[in-house]
Amino acid sequence: MSEPRNIHAYLAEFDDIPGTRVYTAKRARQGYQLNQFAMSLMKPENRERWKADNRAYLEDWKLTDEQKQALLDRDYNRLLDLGGNIYFLAKVFSTDGLSFLQAVSTMTGMSVEDYQAMMITGGRSPQGVRSIKDRN
Amino acid sequence: MARITAGIGCSHIPALGVAVDLGKTEEAYWSPAFAGFEWTRTWEREQKPDVVILVYNDHASAFDMRIIPTFAIGCGESYQPADEGWGPRKVPTVVGHPDLAWHIAQSLILDEFDMTIINEMDVDHGLTVPLSMMFGQPDEWPVRVIPLAVNVITYPPPSGNRCWALGEAIARAVASFPEDLNVQVWGTGGMSHQLQGPRAGLINREWDNRFLAGLSGDSDALRHIPHLEYLRETGSEGIEMVMWLIMRGALGQAARELHRHYHVPASNTAVGHIVLEPAG
Repeated sequence: MSEPRNIHAYLAEFDDIPGTRVYTAKRARQGYQLNQFAMSLMKPENRERWKADNRAYLEDWKLTDEQKQALLDRDYNRLLDLGGNIYFLAKVFSTDGLSFLQAVSTMTGMSVEDYQAMMITGGRSPQGVRSIKDRN
Repeated sequence: MARITAGIGCSHIPALGVAVDLGKTEEAYWSPAFAGFEWTRTWEREQKPDVVILVYNDHASAFDMRIIPTFAIGCGESYQPADEGWGPRKVPTVVGHPDLAWHIAQSLILDEFDMTIINEMDVDHGLTVPLSMMFGQPDEWPVRVIPLAVNVITYPPPSGNRCWALGEAIARAVASFPEDLNVQVWGTGGMSHQLQGPRAGLINREWDNRFLAGLSGDSDALRHIPHLEYLRETGSEGIEMVMWLIMRGALGQAARELHRHYHVPASNTAVGHIVLEPAG
């Protein structure tokens, strides 16, 4: 066995990882409508309606006001907190014409240029960001 | 009898597909990422596999939150490239091998792996990018493909141990198929990367290279790496590497490395690639 058999013990560790939201069942339930909204942008006709009027398009979805606002703000960290998953949210930033690199950089507090420069020089080191409690 | 002759591990970074599709592979940023696949393209032209069992994960394309299969096998005749939000990739239709796929599906279920069976779906970059990396831009893919989709998005994904054991069961299933077929198993995704949150951009070169080295030889230590270690050490999306263990498990007790390539970065991600063959 490579995993603990106790689901509570398994899940308990995930909040100890700095700057990371593991997509657990709890988040999946919270973000169900949000992620299904994002899926709707797989269809070109829906993308056109969304691009024409974000607010009007959101009226069709049972989202919380916070989720709607975070979508309008393209605040991806907030969307993750509200149950969004990055592969679903990718439909939103792809529709905006952003690459993964451009969109992902917005969650780090760095400019796109600084983020890309960090990646070209080997990426973010795991040193110091493995665990909050162990500070390693 | 059908034979598993080789295994391939390969990242399936969408930006690699974009670079191929837009003719950018010669550019200074991209050429080091692609250079490590030239050996494999030549080798694949010699190997001429009949079928690839392609282990990958769907990225909210064929499966959304309505249905989340842990292990799903494609038994259909063919699969179209998915529209992932920027239009489908202009790559050939992926042709399946329903006879072998159904044989594997049935055998796995009798072997106590409760597979989801898929007859119709579109396939996203997780499946088409590795084909582009290995075969370039042909008019038709030179192999039949059996898609094997793994949930690595909604937790818990399957354990590394279960993935390895599934690979072993796939090997048993292939060996009992009467037709003489040259079959490869590809495990895709990874290597270290994190696409979300303030820790995004994490890369762990040392860990990735230890994982690559651990795939050859006769040790099965990699199957015991817990999810938590992937998350801490390789970023939230590094968990995709459990899919490489299905490939490794399918190669039997020992495997020999034929080729290896590692490059940082492609977009947000470490590119890893390895070619292995069974070693008795």
